Amino acid sequence: MTTTSVLNDAPTFDNRQDFADELIALARTNDKVVAVCNDSVGSSNLTKFRDEFPDRLINVGIAEQNMVGVGAGLANAGLIPFVCAAGPFLTGRSLEQIKADVAYSQHNVILCGMSPGMAYGELGPTHHSVEDFSWLRALPGLDIVVPADGAQTRAAVRNAVADPRPTYIRVGRFKVPHVSEDNVGLERGKFVVAREGSDVTIIATGTEVSRALWAAASLAAEGVSARVLNAAYLSPLDEDAIKDAARQTGAIITAEEANVAGGLGAAVASVVGQLEDGARVPMRILGLNHFAPTGSTAFLLDHFGLTADHISAAAREVLHRD
Amino acid sequence: MLTADASQAAAWRSLRQEVLDGDPATRAAKLHERAQATRRSILKMISDAGQGHIGGDFSVTDILTVLFDAVMNVDPEDHRKEDRDHFILSKGHCAGALYSTLAHSGFFPVSELDTFMAPLSALNGHPNRVKVPGVETNTGPLGHGLPVAVGTAIGAKLLKSGSRVFVVTGDGEMQEGSNWEALMSASHQKLDNLTLIVDRNRLQQGARTEETNGLDPLDARLAAFGMEVRIVDGHNYNDLIDAMRPSTTGSPVAVIANTIKGKGVSFIEDRVEWHHKVPSKEQTLQAFQELS
Repeated sequence: MTTTSVLNDAPTFDNRQDFADELIALARTNDKVVAVCNDSVGSSNLTKFRDEFPDRLINVGIAEQNMVGVGAGLANAGLIPFVCAAGPFLTGRSLEQIKADVAYSQHNVILCGMSPGMAYGELGPTHHSVEDFSWLRALPGLDIVVPADGAQTRAAVRNAVADPRPTYIRVGRFKVPHVSEDNVGLERGKFVVAREGSDVTIIATGTEVSRALWAAASLAAEGVSARVLNAAYLSPLDEDAIKDAARQTGAIITAEEANVAGGLGAAVASVVGQLEDGARVPMRILGLNHFAPTGSTAFLLDHFGLTADHISAAAREVLHRD
Repeated sequence: MLTADASQAAAWRSLRQEVLDGDPATRAAKLHERAQATRRSILKMISDAGQGHIGGDFSVTDILTVLFDAVMNVDPEDHRKEDRDHFILSKGHCAGALYSTLAHSGFFPVSELDTFMAPLSALNGHPNRVKVPGVETNTGPLGHGLPVAVGTAIGAKLLKSGSRVFVVTGDGEMQEGSNWEALMSASHQKLDNLTLIVDRNRLQQGARTEETNGLDPLDARLAAFGMEVRIVDGHNYNDLIDAMRPSTTGSPVAVIANTIKGKGVSFIEDRVEWHHKVPSKEQTLQAFQELS
């Protein structure tokens, strides 16, 4: 069976549904949980939340700078605000508000970047959120969480309510298969070991995690043992897992639905490059390096070399098995 | 995080009681004395640090004095109590005026003002809520305070805390689009617990506001965005107190406080170059005399 056919056969899910269901469940037991959005009640999947908690859904209209400031104010008053908007507008339009009002002010706002990456495929680069890792990794004091499936999305929401802190969560729209058990937890600042391996490590995030697992399966058939790390948190960065990957396996591949200038791969490289002699392993960084042409999300992931086949090919190349 | 000065807080409480109990003339005299002391602190801070925003500090000083000494429900020794009134200085470059007001109210020791903008001081050139009690949100980039104030006012209503929210913007700052996004929200949400005060000194960093990107008719514009507009002399203490009364229409309140940039010092007043100019030794002495 080729990896492509596995990809086609696995049932896939939109993480926004799990996000909304978990948020509503928590709001029922914690009246400090509120949601803020920019006319995105439908696209942020907040319709049921609004119906059940009409006073606790604050729709500021199409005004993202105000939206993030309002979120900071709600946190200042003592509430736990989930600020929901399409990723490109949330992070791009309000970047200074995220910097000054959330990260620097340490207001406990949970920023929910809906439909991130290239989920809005054909709508084009204005509607893609592929710069968010680069922009937000530069902000100290802001957690960055990238759940790889619905169960992890629920865990990210639970973490945010249990221990509110300035946080950005990527809430995926592009359908992905389940890669974790129901009720899985996410530990703050830790990668999830999705598969053990000793020859090469694939560090993937979000939509790329299932693809990395398929790549690892096809590599195993060729006798290559690939470790797969799910970078569920980009900030704080799991430097120990990266160091172990470099010291214990022969190479590292990273894969992200994001621009490579300052994203996951750059973060990993900055750790690997500072390791001791003998531990600095070769790397390949898979991701975006130009604005996307027109195409569906699936087409664009292929275009940018982000399929399971691309990942396994990169592993073969870096291990000189090609 | 700096900590409260108990004896200074006690002195502030007693002064505040005298202000509230006094007849209008006594009240104005006490607040004026207080504001001039704050201006003298600001002058010393800026002279010592060799930097700061003296013009805007002096135009907003009377507004801050009235809010902290006669209007707001705050406790310097419990600065994050849940039912507090919130104050946000959106024109964060006038941190010197805020620090001086907070210190004189006992939020932290007055002696701390000597560290203004010194290496590793809590008193940065723009205010930081993580380090300075009484600061509600970090400001500096313009157009940030009003949206945060709107969110805080919505939160206060949801929590039924009874808190009021006061936010001061510069007038030039009203050129930032985010403020108008926030005004639309404030009136749509009927935030009658929100008061915006525009420090209308008619000067911005480079020139007069009306020569740069005119704001007039500011009252009509604010009214068109659904605000209950009040126009007041921003240096008249009793009129300022009256202007801070709660909303009477159910709409959020916008107070246009007509002020003089550099108020209190003859050679600084209403002069564009004193946005962030630092007085010489001789000028500092003269200014100190005029403020005494």
